[in-house]
Amino acid sequence: MPKLQSAAELEKFRAEILASRDPAKPCIAVCAGAACDGMDSAAVAAAFVAEGGKLGDKIEVRTTGCHGYCEKGPNVVVTPGDICYFEVQPGDVPEIMAATLKGEVVERLVYQDPNTGAKAVHMHEVPFYKHQTRLLIGDNPKIDPMRIDDYLAVGGYAALVKALSEMSPVQVLDEVKKANLRGRGGGGFPAGSKWETTRNAPEKTKYVIVNGHEGESAAFMDRAMLTGNPHKVLEGLIIGAYAIGAQKGFMYTRHDMPLLTKHVRNALAQAKEYGLLGKNILGSGFDFECELHFDVGIFVSGESSALMRSIEGNPPEPRPKYIRTSVSGIWDKPSNLNNVETWANVPQIITRGADWFTSIGSEKSKGTKLISLSGNVVNSGVVEVPMGTPLRTLVFDIGGGVRDGKTLKAIHFGGAMGGSIPADLIDAPLDFDGMSKLGAPIGAGGLLLMDEDTDMVEVARYLMDFLVNESCGKCAPCREGMPQMLHILTNLTKGEGKPGDLERLEDLAEVTGLASLCALGKTSADPLKSMFRYFKPDYESRIAGGSAGK
Amino acid sequence: MCEQKIDGIIEKYRGEPGSLIHALVEIQHENHWLPREVLHKIADALTVPFAQVMQIASFYKTFSLTPKGRHEVHVCTGMTCHLRGAAKLRAKVEELTGLKDGETDAESRFTYETGACLGSCSIGPELIVDGKHYGRMTPEKIEDVLKQYE
Amino acid sequence: MSELTEIVLQIDGQEVKATAGMTVLQAAQQAGITIPTLCHHEKLEAFGGCRLCMVEVEVRGWKNYVVSCLYPVAKDIIVRTRSEKVDKIRKVLVEELMAHAPDAPELVKLAEEYGADRDRFERDASFCIVCGLCVRYCNEVKQKNAVGFIDNGARREISFIPEVAKEECWGCQECFAICPTSYAQAAYLLTEALAFPGQRKAPIHAIKPPEPVRRVIPIMPIAATT
Repeated sequence: MPKLQSAAELEKFRAEILASRDPAKPCIAVCAGAACDGMDSAAVAAAFVAEGGKLGDKIEVRTTGCHGYCEKGPNVVVTPGDICYFEVQPGDVPEIMAATLKGEVVERLVYQDPNTGAKAVHMHEVPFYKHQTRLLIGDNPKIDPMRIDDYLAVGGYAALVKALSEMSPVQVLDEVKKANLRGRGGGGFPAGSKWETTRNAPEKTKYVIVNGHEGESAAFMDRAMLTGNPHKVLEGLIIGAYAIGAQKGFMYTRHDMPLLTKHVRNALAQAKEYGLLGKNILGSGFDFECELHFDVGIFVSGESSALMRSIEGNPPEPRPKYIRTSVSGIWDKPSNLNNVETWANVPQIITRGADWFTSIGSEKSKGTKLISLSGNVVNSGVVEVPMGTPLRTLVFDIGGGVRDGKTLKAIHFGGAMGGSIPADLIDAPLDFDGMSKLGAPIGAGGLLLMDEDTDMVEVARYLMDFLVNESCGKCAPCREGMPQMLHILTNLTKGEGKPGDLERLEDLAEVTGLASLCALGKTSADPLKSMFRYFKPDYESRIAGGSAGK
Repeated sequence: MCEQKIDGIIEKYRGEPGSLIHALVEIQHENHWLPREVLHKIADALTVPFAQVMQIASFYKTFSLTPKGRHEVHVCTGMTCHLRGAAKLRAKVEELTGLKDGETDAESRFTYETGACLGSCSIGPELIVDGKHYGRMTPEKIEDVLKQYE
Repeated sequence: MSELTEIVLQIDGQEVKATAGMTVLQAAQQAGITIPTLCHHEKLEAFGGCRLCMVEVEVRGWKNYVVSCLYPVAKDIIVRTRSEKVDKIRKVLVEELMAHAPDAPELVKLAEEYGADRDRFERDASFCIVCGLCVRYCNEVKQKNAVGFIDNGARREISFIPEVAKEECWGCQECFAICPTSYAQAAYLLTEALAFPGQRKAPIHAIKPPEPVRRVIPIMPIAATT
């Protein structure tokens, strides 16, 4: 493949790809997302390929990233028509192939409502999907993440073309600011303002970074995005670099997900081959390179300044942020860091405009949000809904409610640094500020359902146990405060609470929150604080009555 | 241990102190653990004080400073697996192997570790052996899974 | 140049003159205002680990808690080195550290000042409070790296590298003197006993007392652990 030298060449190439593809030709998309892969969807895909070989070239088989409905994997989607098959086994393959050739549906493998028995064949009819707005994750079933041509076929890199050929860097920046795109990594900080700070920093050398660390327990949407559609994230990054004036980017991601690393590595190589990375991208005069970096398995390395230390090759200890990393980050150069989902939003803002983007979502939180739905939920998976969607829609309409016919006790957001709210707040809208006020900030977007049997003291103990092992140990309040909280919580779960334990916990939580160096320590006691706000009787009962019930 | 490959990796990063983590990751993947003499070689080649090599090598869970067993048994203790009964899986693995978190048996058959959420929460609780996922596990099924690994 | 720009700020109600680039801690020390520290040493780069030097800073009406050893002075900021919150932070931090080193003189003194209860939290008498003075002094001043950090989180500890310690430590001993709990000396002797008994390289000359001398405490016998 020779390098694409201009916007026109890219569009011509895209037209050729589309012309070579017959939209009427059936295509079978086998999901290879983390959960489906864990259920050996590779064997299913292999069976489709073998069967397809026998039938000549009449059906295309594609291995894709996460479709979303992880609970019912391995997932298979047949186009045209977006026919969804669930829990597909290699033995089902000949039947699916035969039916597909005849334009028929294998009834026994489609969705069936557990209560009414009603069937749903097409994706837009399946309850899990029909309440979603899948702007970011929706392309996943259409793309083999190893093939850049698949991304081009769905309109990929059109935003980059537009930005480079029709817009100045400042115009791109203004569009992102106007869209009020807020960082999806946890803080909800406006991405445009952060970009502007880096752009305006006096140093000429500037960096942009994709934070794909996703160390938050039970959050798996970013890797679904990055593994399933790496070019969308990369396209966002290149556009951001253009707006900011950065010459170099870093993709920072986990080393322990073989498909993720393979796809990202391949995407970077293909983009370089096509001339979408490197010198003079599409003849615009803009130069940009991107390097891949891996975290080595500790949560604190996802903290932005610790992450930057790690890219420099230093121990991943966070730096105190009295100078922001957007002004002085990697090697003391201005460095703009956003997470996977934030970057993935950029191309559509450029293509469809800020006005379109701000028409989706709530007043202060625009666009959609990817959510990892798990815990005691019927339908776990990766979900995308407009900001402002009531939690009830997520939990019941999409999630199907609580497993095993139990009732909902709490909704937990944001993993080990998030918070839990009681079931009666189920009508709260999914919104950065609203959820923060309730004490359960969205965080990166891991949403867990906890059923009536959940012991809230045990949950706090569990989360603290997780964080104790993920702390770097540099600063005293985090290193010392968390193990002390863990010790007390462990005693409480055993019913061995002592008078004064709750006051000790409150003091430790307050000081760890106030005095810790980085976000990990500062928010480590947030789950506990939310528990004290909503579930304090659960804790008090452990002091007075020994191992009193839940 | 494949000395040549390790030396090759070290040579690739000679004189680059900033590549310490890359070198350690590659050697860990290749050799499954980081022997002390290899860490000394890295320190000399990359011109990083040995104390700092030790700091990094002992900091991250990914790196192992002791030899690992032929098979790595991992029980996910992520939040969803936890809510869905990971503790029972741990107890069963510990009972069957006699190992505690992080230990390797005398015959070097298994190294047992708990930890990081790998994002396949929907099929939790999970047992992962040598990277192969066994989703929706129950304690009863564990013995049959482990039997497959000698 | 900006290095010499004079900045006026307020510390504890007192107008303090400082130069750009200084930290709040330096400005306070220069004005004779004491802020407690455990991991700070004038010869070393600021670390920001012990967090004891936290102060309240008010910038345009916004209050914040920052570590003074790292926070840069700025025009018109209002610094309070004592307040209810600041004192509480210090009290709880001292209580946490006393779980490791209940009798370290510096901690005992701080406990008195801030009303800290040495028995408030679960005791784990490791003696080390992980201030990192030994590690950083050996790296930054001596450039020997005979002692380093190992492990992470609550398991983080200092560790002498026998291969280096055998050659360098007995002739230096400077970190023994700056250690606030005398653990550095104990850790060295333990390493020696395990890794190179009787093989330490003796000093060529009698060593001069290290500078600045804080104290040299005889090591506590390990059996005294409670």
